[in-house]
Amino acid sequence: MGKFKLTCDEATMICDKSQYGEATFSEKLKLNFHVLFCKFCKRYSAQNAKLTDIFKSTCSLSENKQKMSMDDKDEISKKFHELLEKNS
Amino acid sequence: MFYLFFRHIEIEHFENNRYMDKMEHILKPETWIDKYADYLFNYTITRVNNHDIAKDLVQETFFAGLRAKDNFQGKASERTWLVSILKRKIIDYYRKINSAKGQAEIKLSFYDDGENEGRWIEERVPQMWENEAEKNIENDELKDTLEKCINNLPEKYAVVFRMKTIQQFETEEICKELDITSSNLWVMIHRARTQLRRCMEKNWFKN
Repeated sequence: MGKFKLTCDEATMICDKSQYGEATFSEKLKLNFHVLFCKFCKRYSAQNAKLTDIFKSTCSLSENKQKMSMDDKDEISKKFHELLEKNS
Repeated sequence: MFYLFFRHIEIEHFENNRYMDKMEHILKPETWIDKYADYLFNYTITRVNNHDIAKDLVQETFFAGLRAKDNFQGKASERTWLVSILKRKIIDYYRKINSAKGQAEIKLSFYDDGENEGRWIEERVPQMWENEAEKNIENDELKDTLEKCINNLPEKYAVVFRMKTIQQFETEEICKELDITSSNLWVMIHRARTQLRRCMEKNWFKN
């Protein structure tokens, strides 16, 4: 379990981890305790939840599949076929 | 009844054989670019998030595949085989940016040594966001600001942050694909998020 008192750096790291649902129970316990006495980490936690919402709303905008541009494909194709001819 | 049973086995057997025939894969390099360029590009862009780098990695993959085509044993499909080459390329690329010296280091929000180790650096403590409520979330302007802030991160943090947060990969998968440990991953996510928080504070919430 390690030490019970966290530094702000450690506390906010656990807070970040918990934004992905991956903080352990004992980590969350220590974080909650730290936040009782630390107003900056408390503020960080509240803002962090808000940021997670923002990240989520932007990720839904960038879901579509990306294709290679025709120019890029042509360029690769040209080089590739040169190599292919050399090899055959 | 028995007849049907055996007939069934026969058909299954026949189909298995047909399937077995299909299992022998062969490489047709001349068709690779048309068939796989988009797939490999999309695979790469979700991991490195930079068009030019993704393009280069895909190109290197095709070249490496061609050079190594005699090693292909026909056990996996052409595409799976190419992806396995690409995966190595992505790890190599990530190792390179992860160890690159002299690259922009992240601005820490906490003291990292001395008696104040782990405490907030005074001028970097989180400020109140006064206009938090009125700032609408579904908004192109917001997306642009966030995009700029992510692009300001050192590449190695941006890659991990995007994979975890935007592409929503499992922690385990990111660790495998970039060859890093999970504690390593969380430190990078933490540094990315504290820097992003500050960047958003300055450029979005304080306007």
